[in-house]
Amino acid sequence: MADPLIELVDVSKSYYRDSLEIPVLQNISMTVPEGEFLALMGPSGSGKTTLLNLIAGIDRPTRGILRVAGTELGRLSESELARWRSRTIGFIFQFYNLLPVLTALENVELPLLLTPLSKKDRREHAAVALELVGLADRVDHYPKQLSGGQEQRVAIARAIVTDPTLLLADEPTGDLDRTSAEEIMNLLGRLNAEFRKTILIVTHDPRAAERARKVIHLDKGAFA
Amino acid sequence: MTTLLTAGGIALVIFVFSAVLMLANGLEKTLVGTGSEKNAIVVRQGAESEFMSMLDRNAANIIKSQPEIAVDPEGKRLAASEVVVLINLPKRGTNKPSHVQIRGVSPESLTMRPQVKLAAGRLWRPGLSEVIVGRAVAERFRGIGLGETVRFGMRDWTVVGLFEAEGAGFESEIWTDAEQLVQAFRRPVFSSITLQLASPGDYSTLKSRLESDPRLTVEVEREKEYYAKQSEMLATFIRVLGIFVTVIFSLGAMIGAMITMYASVANRTTEIGTMRALGFPRRSILIAFLFESLFLALIGGGLGILLASSLQFFTVSTTNFATFSELAFRFVLSPAIIIESLTFSLAMGFFGGFLPAFQASRQRIVEAFRAS
Repeated sequence: MADPLIELVDVSKSYYRDSLEIPVLQNISMTVPEGEFLALMGPSGSGKTTLLNLIAGIDRPTRGILRVAGTELGRLSESELARWRSRTIGFIFQFYNLLPVLTALENVELPLLLTPLSKKDRREHAAVALELVGLADRVDHYPKQLSGGQEQRVAIARAIVTDPTLLLADEPTGDLDRTSAEEIMNLLGRLNAEFRKTILIVTHDPRAAERARKVIHLDKGAFA
Repeated sequence: MTTLLTAGGIALVIFVFSAVLMLANGLEKTLVGTGSEKNAIVVRQGAESEFMSMLDRNAANIIKSQPEIAVDPEGKRLAASEVVVLINLPKRGTNKPSHVQIRGVSPESLTMRPQVKLAAGRLWRPGLSEVIVGRAVAERFRGIGLGETVRFGMRDWTVVGLFEAEGAGFESEIWTDAEQLVQAFRRPVFSSITLQLASPGDYSTLKSRLESDPRLTVEVEREKEYYAKQSEMLATFIRVLGIFVTVIFSLGAMIGAMITMYASVANRTTEIGTMRALGFPRRSILIAFLFESLFLALIGGGLGILLASSLQFFTVSTTNFATFSELAFRFVLSPAIIIESLTFSLAMGFFGGFLPAFQASRQRIVEAFRAS
């Protein structure tokens, strides 16, 4: 059997307010195989986003072992972790987090600045990613000239442009109307089915979770 | 708006900084431009300036008979006994009296200073109480225009001409016949001898001979060096005082830049978090914010230099410490001043922007998202 893409062994995460420990995740162990489309659900404060952040390598566990795409994240320094993220993770945010001063094409091109690609190649890759999300005709538009659904599609194009191993989405439909949310979930479904992208989403939306192949519920920092 | 005000603050500091350097540069240019490479000046040993120097007629004759002195086409030796005295004249506008230097010269003086040109009127006639007035004196003092009469040395002197000297210090002087001036002030001595060398290489020979002549107690200097030395003290004073003041000002501008950059960091926590989540290292964030601060400072610096460059149209005057007389000069911008001013503005941008940029680069991604 092939190694899982994501492996968590007894992972705990606590935050500290003054000297008070606030546990967020407690002894989480899980594996996610490559090609999975997984939805993490749970009430606010259940620790879903924290878990997603740990897997994305933008936060570190307090205890436990976390291995993603063959790398034990606890062993990486800050700069190694940043490099690892740029190669391995595509992140999709609830509020898109596009840079307002950049066009759609420039926003998508952004992660490619960390690669040795030439400007021409970067532009070509970004244009292909935008075409894939159905925004070939919006390359020169600024975020404020796009609808919420379109902005999220630009964010997805930015997440996939480096061809990452793992796509992580934090409430990707949380700020969208039903039709746009449907489109986004269709797009993620397509990326999973056609391009074999492993996708992990955090969502409150049962309709969005339905599109995943597997749903995990978290409550008070542990699997329900 | 904050960004604009910060750039404005930096612009003001750079304006003052450039203006001070332009002032010192203008002073140096004026005085250095007064001297010529071909000429040498002889003054009494230990005299800081012509004003403090005395050479009697006997000494003057010995000096003027040296073989290294150039001869004009008519066979006359190019050496002039000159005498300088100070008088008080009322300034235009304030009516306050200020010192003006009068230089008693001979016809050779004009030959040796080709930059001195008559702009209006005529030269003085030998034996008459007539003067010609430098452009800067005519512009800045009252009662000294063409055709007017000015009283000094117990005589009334008629202004018969106005002269220019390509902006050199002579323009801040009044010139007349040396013999008339000596008589009017009852001075049996001259202040200096200016002479033109037949060959610039003759300078060392002439200097060592005159300075070791037992009949004389004199110092010989190239005219250009003599005037450059005169500008040294005042230019250094202006520079030191000006730079001290601008460094104090710059602290304010740096704090302004810091506040702007902190605000900029605070407004962009999401951007910072996003960039870091995408894989940009801390170094990139530090450089990006630092670059922004430097860019802001560069705009301010450029604006300050632009403002300061408009000062070139103004002439200012001050008392020359070496001669105690009023000296008019312009603000002169130079490539070196532009480079120094831009470097100073970049330094302000760097020191003002470093801490906020450092804070941005150290921000934890999760906290950045939480803050937004």
